[in-house]
Amino acid sequence: MKAFKDAGHLFRLASVFLVGGVLFLAFRGVLVPRSFGQYGHYRADAIKETAALPISYAGHQVCEGCHADVLEVKSKGVHKQVACEACHGPLATHADDPASVQPAKLDTAVLCVRCHEANLAKPKNFPQVVSAEHSGGAPCETCHQPHSPAIVAVAGGNQ
Amino acid sequence: MSITRRQLLILLPAAAVAWKSILAGTPEASPNYNMTEHWWGMLVDITKCIGCGSCVRACQMENQVPDGYFRTWVERYHVSDYDIENPKVDSPDGGKNGFPPATASDGKNFFVPKMCNHCADSPCTQVCPVGATFVSPDGVVLVDQKYCLGCRYCVQACPYGCRFVDPKKKTAQKCTLCYHRITKGLTTACCENCPTGARQLADLKNPNDPIHEFLKTHSVQVLKPYLATRSKLFYNGLDGSVR
Repeated sequence: MKAFKDAGHLFRLASVFLVGGVLFLAFRGVLVPRSFGQYGHYRADAIKETAALPISYAGHQVCEGCHADVLEVKSKGVHKQVACEACHGPLATHADDPASVQPAKLDTAVLCVRCHEANLAKPKNFPQVVSAEHSGGAPCETCHQPHSPAIVAVAGGNQ
Repeated sequence: MSITRRQLLILLPAAAVAWKSILAGTPEASPNYNMTEHWWGMLVDITKCIGCGSCVRACQMENQVPDGYFRTWVERYHVSDYDIENPKVDSPDGGKNGFPPATASDGKNFFVPKMCNHCADSPCTQVCPVGATFVSPDGVVLVDQKYCLGCRYCVQACPYGCRFVDPKKKTAQKCTLCYHRITKGLTTACCENCPTGARQLADLKNPNDPIHEFLKTHSVQVLKPYLATRSKLFYNGLDGSVR
């Protein structure tokens, strides 16, 4: 067997490659997350992790479950499309525990002008006022009730 | 204690099953949600936007977006009749607290809400060197916060400027289309709090979604269509001057 006289170093080389290959597969198996490549070149578990983040805004459907009286008033006015938390702020904590988490009292002087202060860039059919001229400094709720802002002639006939 | 060959052969498959359940990780947060049944996008009606900044505030509260960074923001355009190629754009603090009165009455003024376009062929996901950002099977561009290196390739690649690197976490952040909400049957924080309905979440795979009727009956555009990103942020009433 003269041809294989010096074959020993070939076997040693092959064993180095074999050990390297096994180590590569072993490290890869440990380091690459199990869900990587399930849907594409990314970790599929990242989708679940994003979906599991906590919610801050409960959504108006949740509010309406308890505050049916407000919904009744609101549904008749022009603010029926405005979601509760657009003005009242994120209140998922209040929805989870209504007794201990109370929403803060709102300031109409800040809230109303956010939408209704006149601005040339706003759509022309959107109701806008120059607040300084419109009310003479009086707070908005003197005349308008935020849940149904149209001014009704009968005193106390609107909420 | 000694284990016979027979016992070992019985134990091995059992151990394999147990190991698999250990690796499976956290259970799905919304068990009734099926990714294959949805293909999310959004409709923005510029003719309804009043620039109140409710969407910006809602997004920051819902997603704990750091101050000075935005996942959504509102721009105000002023386009002069004599120079429609060069609009003047401002967005003080992302439009979070509304806008000061517009002064120039010549030409036109309007608001444009901006956010991630959730492109079906998104440039940002293609450049990620580690597979940390991707288009999910239901069409939402997400970032894997545990995998992201913070290399900023995606920030540069996004043609709409919708990404940033979180100053504390040092990972890429962007609009998730409130993925934690839409998978639970809620709408996004920005859509929920838009007082005029200028933003509407759209499920393009749902045949009953009003988006289909809207797209049929309106002239709707996407931003930078020449980039062929297959954006799913549809604008109604989009002016040609908007970048």
